[in-house]
Amino acid sequence: MQVNDNNFQPVIVAFCCNWCSYAGADLSGTNRLNYPTNVKIIRVPCSCRVNPMFILRAFQKGADGVIICGCHPGDCHYTSGNYYTRRRITLLYSMLDFLGIERNRTRLEWVSAAEGAKFAATMQQFTEDVRKLGPNRRLEDLRCRKQ
Amino acid sequence: MQETMIKRAKELLADGTVSRVIGWKKGEFAYDTTPAVFETAEELDRDFAFDDFTAANVSKYLVKESRKEGKILAFLKPCDTYSFNQLIKEHRVIRENVYIIGIPGGPKLDAEKIKAKGITGILGIKNENYTLKIETLYGTETMPFYEAICGKCESCKSKKHVIYDELIGEDGDILDSNRFDTVEKLENMTAQERFDFWREQLSKCIRCNACRNVCPACTCEKCVFDNPKSGIENKAASDSFEENLFHIIRAFHVAGRCTDCGECSRVCPQNIPLHLLNRKFIKDINELYGEYQAGADTVSRSPITDYTPDDCEPSVVHERGVE
Ligand code: SF4
Ligand code: SF4
Ligand code: SF4
Ligand code: FES
Repeated sequence: MQVNDNNFQPVIVAFCCNWCSYAGADLSGTNRLNYPTNVKIIRVPCSCRVNPMFILRAFQKGADGVIICGCHPGDCHYTSGNYYTRRRITLLYSMLDFLGIERNRTRLEWVSAAEGAKFAATMQQFTEDVRKLGPNRRLEDLRCRKQ
Repeated sequence: MQETMIKRAKELLADGTVSRVIGWKKGEFAYDTTPAVFETAEELDRDFAFDDFTAANVSKYLVKESRKEGKILAFLKPCDTYSFNQLIKEHRVIRENVYIIGIPGGPKLDAEKIKAKGITGILGIKNENYTLKIETLYGTETMPFYEAICGKCESCKSKKHVIYDELIGEDGDILDSNRFDTVEKLENMTAQERFDFWREQLSKCIRCNACRNVCPACTCEKCVFDNPKSGIENKAASDSFEENLFHIIRAFHVAGRCTDCGECSRVCPQNIPLHLLNRKFIKDINELYGEYQAGADTVSRSPITDYTPDDCEPSVVHERGVE
């Protein structure tokens, strides 16, 4: 099928920390809230487990957008993990922007285990933003292109 | 200067303070003075050189050298002392095994800039009142000294030695450099323009790994780029993605630890302005988390392994002016 603006379905990779955001995703499921099937969740022990290499690899293997979700600052299961995430990811996203990669392909959101609705809304919004950008071309690996 | 250095090195060798000396020696050509270790007074007399081409930073060699038996004398320029301090902080060098003599910095010369003027067959280069007199196979050429200085010296950040046991010559000051100008210029471009700029630059990379190998912050025993399972080890990039991956990760790994010594760009055979990636991180760190100079001291915490509860959110990136 020819991909065009109308039927483009972005692949979204969401790194979710086990203790808050993954539980938040679960809650949105049990509450029967809808969020796009474009979102592929990868569970990580803590948001600070996300190595910059993971994010780049996700783009390489076909992601059009990458979002990281963790506990709200102050609530990290490991006390301070997400504070490190915040600095690291800010710097990384800024660098991607500096290299001319579209800003809206990357995001970070704090989602607690009680915020099922926020999880669904965030994913809807992010998927929509990435859909508008079209397929990831600037940070893709041609050898991995599917179509 | 060279004579004073040799004299002092011989004294320290003779009285047993040190058993080796790390400095530079003349290469095959007039412009390829390279780092070298000397063990005797005779070697020093014969080979030791300190001239306009001693831009190489010898700090990184001390990771290995300071673990050998006996003390080593190291001649460090101001910029090199920052690298050494950073290595102390990261427990990569053994401070007690190094005797540091601070020596004046540059500007040092970049032979490529001389050759770029079409000057070839270089036999000798003399600096006469900031005009270079270049002896070549085809006659004598001249060019202004300042047109041939190293990129890293053009935006020198400090003439001050941050660590030393003794000094030869005067200590200088921290300078008000213009080192973020080009980063700023890029920031003000559109995303497409920046993308095109970096594609043009990074696609030149031949993955020789020189930038990593020379970097005093890249001292990992096992580097991610040597991991055979990564698919990107020791080979030229087979897709533009791999170029981006290498450069983003290399720069990221040294973020908060890079002293801006400029060695990476200096050694790149493809003239890729790698320092702009490092400086982007330095600039961001300064702006978002407070001024920080890696290597200025041996105790402060690197901003990337630190935090405050009210740091900004990554959305600052998304909320910047037009994309
Ligand atoms: S020194 Fe230059 S060409 Fe070599 S790997 Fe580094 S950027 Fe690439
Ligand atoms: S990244 Fe470049 S400027 Fe920074 S410490 Fe390493 S060699 Fe020096
Ligand atoms: S690139 Fe990263 S892993 Fe490799 S030596 Fe440098 S800091 Fe270490
Ligand atoms: S455990 Fe959720 S961010 Fe650390």
